[in-house]
Amino acid sequence: MRTTDVIGFCRRAVSGYPLRSGLMLLAMAIGVASVVLLSTLGEGTRRYVANQFSSLGTHLLIVLPGRSETTGGPPPMMGQTPRDLTVQDAMALARSTAVRRVAPIVVGSAPVSVGSRQREITILGSTAELLPIRHLTMAQGRFIPTGEVSRAEAVCVLGYQARKELFGNRSPLGRFVRIGERRFRVIGTLTQKGQSLGTDTSDMAIIPVASATALFNTESLFRILVQARNRDAVSRAKRNVQEIIRDRHDGEDDVTVITQDALLATFDRILKTLTLAVAGIAAISLAVAGILIMNVMLVAISQRTAEIGLLKAVGATHIQVLILFLVESTLLSLLGTAAGLLLSAVGLLVLQQLFPGFPMAVPWWSPAAAAATAVATGTLFGILPARRAARLDPVTALAEK
Amino acid sequence: MICLDNVSRVFQVGGESVHALDRVNLVVEKGNYLSIMGPSGSGKSTLLNILGLLDRPDEGTYCIDGRDTTALADDQQATIRRYKIGFIFQFFHLVPRLTAADNVGLPLVLAGVDPKERRHRVNEAMDRFGLSSRAGHRPDQLSGGQRQRVAIARAVIMNPTVILADEPTGNLDRTSGDEIIQAIESIREQGMTVIIVTHDPNIGSRAVRAIRMVDGRIVSDSQGQA
Repeated sequence: MRTTDVIGFCRRAVSGYPLRSGLMLLAMAIGVASVVLLSTLGEGTRRYVANQFSSLGTHLLIVLPGRSETTGGPPPMMGQTPRDLTVQDAMALARSTAVRRVAPIVVGSAPVSVGSRQREITILGSTAELLPIRHLTMAQGRFIPTGEVSRAEAVCVLGYQARKELFGNRSPLGRFVRIGERRFRVIGTLTQKGQSLGTDTSDMAIIPVASATALFNTESLFRILVQARNRDAVSRAKRNVQEIIRDRHDGEDDVTVITQDALLATFDRILKTLTLAVAGIAAISLAVAGILIMNVMLVAISQRTAEIGLLKAVGATHIQVLILFLVESTLLSLLGTAAGLLLSAVGLLVLQQLFPGFPMAVPWWSPAAAAATAVATGTLFGILPARRAARLDPVTALAEK
Repeated sequence: MICLDNVSRVFQVGGESVHALDRVNLVVEKGNYLSIMGPSGSGKSTLLNILGLLDRPDEGTYCIDGRDTTALADDQQATIRRYKIGFIFQFFHLVPRLTAADNVGLPLVLAGVDPKERRHRVNEAMDRFGLSSRAGHRPDQLSGGQRQRVAIARAVIMNPTVILADEPTGNLDRTSGDEIIQAIESIREQGMTVIIVTHDPNIGSRAVRAIRMVDGRIVSDSQGQA
């Protein structure tokens, strides 16, 4: 029997029973589409998190006051508070050759007013280095001036949201805002930038770090952002940071240094695993679709018993009947896969319309894996019915009406 | 030539053995026209199934064109069915989703005949049985007589040596039945052996040779008038 004839015969068998074939295609299509869409969402989440991390800055190290101990041991007899991180600590870090930029950060909240308008806004005290480290971009004016860190200049830079709420559509440049009890001149505004891991740069005002320590009357830093010279320098920078702080803090390891890359890698691993897990769960629906194919093929065989008898009477061999039914179930699963890929394309379009900001990405392996699983299950579950068809006794098959 | 030697076929029905065929001996020469008659359960259908290699005898041997088929494997038997035997059934057994022409061409498809030659042979057969205008119709768009003519065309398309017809007019009215008998008889002109199982004494008596069966045995074997 010719291959084209086999396919032609099976094609007509598929199209000859539209309801049955349609339902089966639907089941297969939903299975395939769910694998593709779920893995796409997983991959999208991974990218979203990665983007969020890189919007935080590249080759970034975060120095936090206090040591997060992971080893056990008895609790200290006397309450020990970790030594504060100071602006001097931060400036000392710049000595390391592995470190490119350092930005000390003081965070607080204060009422900010312009005329009669008043808002409670996050105040971030830092230096000029913050701009490149955090990849911030200016909308208007300039950022905090470089120069002597200890100079408490009364200038501020407003985030997008803060500017809008305090000044509306007027230009804030050169105007004064009252932060707490002090007056600050607005020298620049930031562009609108999304939320990045909890800190919204949009709804804040940035002032020189010395002004912030004076405003909040504290010497201690919230954290220090350190940018390593390059990717390879990250681990050396981490070691240097720890050594420098230990030197300055009388030999105490009382800071925690988080490298952004390590954090990112961990998240990356978790989310990749999650994507695979979700795709695996979706693949179970393909197995269910495969069982459905088996069921439908068994029904088809009992409906077409007389036809199988006839095929045998006109000289079809055991293997020919087997092939005809196997190809039919494979054809169904192929069509179901095609329909599923189409369905997932439509689903992707809809999702993109619904969540335009989400970095939707189809992982390369997912359509391939979905298609392979679908066709494999379809064929595999087609074997049993096809064997049953091939084994039918022609006399009893022909007697069936 | 067909040759049955001491063929028996036993079925188990409710723990009892029923001899559907009981040591049947039969020789049919090439080109003969044979009718098999007898009451229901007399074994005529079983005989036809064994002649068509759809069933195997429990005892005895069956030779077709001098070749013993009893020991052949299923697939070898399928090949003999394909090239040497044509079936005509009471219920036509056309594939409902295929057109008349595709039904006729089905044995050629299974045999892997080239599509071009296939089309030629199918057209020829359709022509011969007056079905040319119906080639593109599906079985449910055809009358009973037309369906059976499609089945006859399918039976002869491989130029077999034997045509086995099981109550070919059983499902048809008188007029179409006569047409079908004429069509079947016309096959003989090609030198094919025709064996027809029927209840209808009129049809049975038209055959060259008429066999009567009772309880799995041939009880009479006579040359008819035709």
